[in-house]
Amino acid sequence: MTTRLFGEPVLRVEDVKLVTGRGHYLDDLGHDALAAAFVRSPHAHARVLDIDVTGALDVDGLVAIYTYEDLVASGGAVADRLPLLIPHPALHAPRTGYPLARDEVNHVGEPVVMVVARDRYVAEDAAERIMVTYDFLPPVVGVAAARAADRCVHEDVPDNVAAHLKQEVGDVDAAMAAAPHTLELDLSIERSASMPMEGKGVLARWDAAEGSMRVYSSTQTSTSVRAAVAARLGLPLSKVHCIAPMVGGGFGVKIMHPWPEEVLVPWAARELDREVKWVEDRREHFVSSAHERGQLQTVQVGFDDEGRLLALDVRFWHDNGAYTPYGIIVPIITSTQLLGPYKPGAYRVEFWSLYTNTVIVTPYRGAGRPQACFAMERTMDAIAESLGIDRAEVRARNFITPAEMPYDHQLTFQDGRPLIYDSGDFPASLDKLKKLVGWEQTLAEVEAARAEGRRIGVGLACYVEGTGVGPYEGAHVVVESSGKVKVATGLTTQGQGHFTVFAQIAADELGVPLADVEVVTGDTRRFGYAVGTFASRAAVMSGNAVALASRKVRAKALRIAGDALEADPGDLEIVDGVVRVKGSPAASIPLATVAVLSNPLRYAFDEASKAATQFAVGDTSGPPVREDDEPGLEGTDYYSPVGATFANGMHAVVVETDPETAEIKVLRYCVVHDCGPLINPMIVEGQVHGGVAQGVGGALYERMEYDENGQLLNASFMDFLMPYASEIPHIEIDHLETRSPLNPLGIKGAGEAGVIPSAAVFASAIEDAEGFVITAMPISPSELFELRRRHVAGDIPSLRRAGSQRAGPDEVVAQDVVEAQTNQEKPT
Amino acid sequence: MSTEARSTPGTADSDARHDVQLTVNGVPRGACVPARRLLSDFLRHDLRLTGTHVGCEHGVCGACTVLLDGAPVRSCLLLAVTVSGHEVTTVEGLGGPDDMHPVQQAFQECHGLQCGFCTPGFLTTAAAYLEENPDPTEDEAREAISGNLCRCTGYQNIVASVLRAAAITRDRQATFGHDTPGVSRPKVAGRPDEGGTTAGAGAGA
Repeated sequence: MTTRLFGEPVLRVEDVKLVTGRGHYLDDLGHDALAAAFVRSPHAHARVLDIDVTGALDVDGLVAIYTYEDLVASGGAVADRLPLLIPHPALHAPRTGYPLARDEVNHVGEPVVMVVARDRYVAEDAAERIMVTYDFLPPVVGVAAARAADRCVHEDVPDNVAAHLKQEVGDVDAAMAAAPHTLELDLSIERSASMPMEGKGVLARWDAAEGSMRVYSSTQTSTSVRAAVAARLGLPLSKVHCIAPMVGGGFGVKIMHPWPEEVLVPWAARELDREVKWVEDRREHFVSSAHERGQLQTVQVGFDDEGRLLALDVRFWHDNGAYTPYGIIVPIITSTQLLGPYKPGAYRVEFWSLYTNTVIVTPYRGAGRPQACFAMERTMDAIAESLGIDRAEVRARNFITPAEMPYDHQLTFQDGRPLIYDSGDFPASLDKLKKLVGWEQTLAEVEAARAEGRRIGVGLACYVEGTGVGPYEGAHVVVESSGKVKVATGLTTQGQGHFTVFAQIAADELGVPLADVEVVTGDTRRFGYAVGTFASRAAVMSGNAVALASRKVRAKALRIAGDALEADPGDLEIVDGVVRVKGSPAASIPLATVAVLSNPLRYAFDEASKAATQFAVGDTSGPPVREDDEPGLEGTDYYSPVGATFANGMHAVVVETDPETAEIKVLRYCVVHDCGPLINPMIVEGQVHGGVAQGVGGALYERMEYDENGQLLNASFMDFLMPYASEIPHIEIDHLETRSPLNPLGIKGAGEAGVIPSAAVFASAIEDAEGFVITAMPISPSELFELRRRHVAGDIPSLRRAGSQRAGPDEVVAQDVVEAQTNQEKPT
Repeated sequence: MSTEARSTPGTADSDARHDVQLTVNGVPRGACVPARRLLSDFLRHDLRLTGTHVGCEHGVCGACTVLLDGAPVRSCLLLAVTVSGHEVTTVEGLGGPDDMHPVQQAFQECHGLQCGFCTPGFLTTAAAYLEENPDPTEDEAREAISGNLCRCTGYQNIVASVLRAAAITRDRQATFGHDTPGVSRPKVAGRPDEGGTTAGAGAGA
């Protein structure tokens, strides 16, 4: 048997072209295309009174200027509101924008006018000469303002509530009333964003002779962009293709679609019968793509003397920005994934999704889970604190045990299906983490360091992540007559190594060398049915589809080879691309020849194909292609799961804060991760590294600084502080590999894991270092400095465990943690 | 587009074109472009060397880093007209699929890239750095690449890649001798390139 590739740290096959400058990203295509630029609203909330383009008309190189009126005049659906992608009964007031503003703008950055010109420089020259007159409306900025509803974003939604959803399991009121201990927490978490290094971009080629459209988009879902373009432009699906070229990162923002530009650029290409391209610049990405994370949360928890949960009552207010095109997936995920690895007792969760005059909120890596983990893990730490129990121990006491799997939370998950954990061994994960960290020893070292006057803290956070949600993905696998294997799957790639891991799977299943397998993703010309890359689903969904399709091809290869070798297919194996009789390798036939034989020919096109021509094939007893067969050594199959498969992980961090400057330094970062069997450990660890780095950014540096007028004050890389290498710690990783029973490969998703517990784990560690409770993330040195000042002033009481070992000026009498949490002001 | 780089729109100034002649990856190249054409756009769209990527257009992310006379610069902050007569090395000039530069080989071996968009800037930066400091410590390697943004990798494997590139360079020099100009490298994996080519016009200088 060939060496199994599944589980091996195989080097990525896509890398050679990427490190030599030969990857083709969106803006590397269409050099001769016209360029689009947009006039975007400079105001957060305003009526559009007038658009005067006369100043732009004499710009040399200008090709066209389009406003909403032009979309209407062209007829069809292009002027319609953009689609509501994921309707939900609880989303009672959904609102979506127009491709170009109709009469109102609801956030800074909303597109108002489209300019097409010879190149981008000229398009921007023209754009800045277009005068738009606005009548200002009062903007709604921040969750607190939206909740207060003194003013509204959409006139017909006076309370700013887009959606309200409540789920309850058990009798929370009764369980809470009966609980020996209760605590309340008020928590908040700020906005951040995916911020891929490559922004969005669209290139459209209209073929007037064919009446067909080819769209390239830097998207996470080419099949759905294709469908949206076809619908908006009134074209048959068969006349539209969408290709995601190499994509420079996504992290969620590119699963949102169709962006206004994905509709407008193809439309303009058809209007002008010219190739048109739009490439987002960085400021555009800040103000006209999507953000995530912003929530205010309240938690009430009831627990027993051992710290076991009896009742959990969570309410949160989610900032969905100006529109709800992606529905309420993010808050639904928060509301369900909040439970993590724990049995909550009775559970009630209620959320309100609120409109604000800010950029829309759609999933960013983690997709509501970082907020969920923050709420649950702050609660766990608060219980540990109030009972004086070790934080790891409190968590362990509340774990769902392996014997309880599959575990049904009796809630509805983001895919509309029951929230049932399929697998995981949380006690084993925690043991691994404690071992990796050296838990007891580290705690002792921290105590010793504190005695020397240093401010060091340890944080811990656990999460469970529903991955690999449906509905389905598929794959097509074909062995060409050269013996080369071509694999196509419809979902897209943004750097996750799909070209390698899917090739590993196909190579294993087919018994061919890795170098003989080539994978294509995100090209509707090659595979038309797909959903997209999000929710840590690509490996689970397309990985299994590739395995299933490969097995079909293998079965067919063995049948054809069995005929040729006059052997029972069951006695055959495929090794290094050769089908041979087990134990008798001389009786063999190359897979390439099998591919030739699979396609009966009249005409030989080369030497090898002569074997399949009509006078070469011996058996004339039946039709050349049997009734139950098809020509070609190829197969298509789909994987469609009954529900998500649940990965999990636990992180620990050791931080030291500067006693003077409140700078927060990461001393150690440890991760235990369980995504089932690893297809490629090198790639999985890379995913974890990247997730942790985004988590560090989200916890300590990144936020969207909106002022009260809805202006995003830090819409550049100068001001939005994404971490450099100097900010990211070395990450220590260990894996647990509990198989999923749900899919043939037993795998679970890994893409989002690293980022989920960051806000929680850093809050835990900083709290431990400082000796007072942390309720709002992210946290900057200046914010920590301010908290210290308030702590010293007695506004924030000390933790109980902040005992005599702590040095510093802040030895305040220990008070009940409840007070600490309820007294601490919520940032707005 | 960087607004700072523009002249007054629509005026005769912005229409005036200038002949820019320079050496790119060892080859004389030229084009006639407006004064406001950024070096990044000039390389990508006029010369069609799309390996250089643009991530922020304000000099922060480093994806567009190229070597100007051997030194790393942000090509989104330079006007093409200002580099006429100079030597530029882009990622394409470091090496191709059959003759990868040590940093290119190392980034693949250490999984130093995911989406690959920021990678050209890291590669050019690291190549120039290793010319200066061929044997960095881990801390020095981290410092060397801490002016470039990557959103995928968490940098751990990039730091490892820089250290690995240093080791590959040493190995190649031990195998092929120290007399070759710049960094010698095999033309085809495993086979020595006896002549030894420079690591791009800038990096090898």
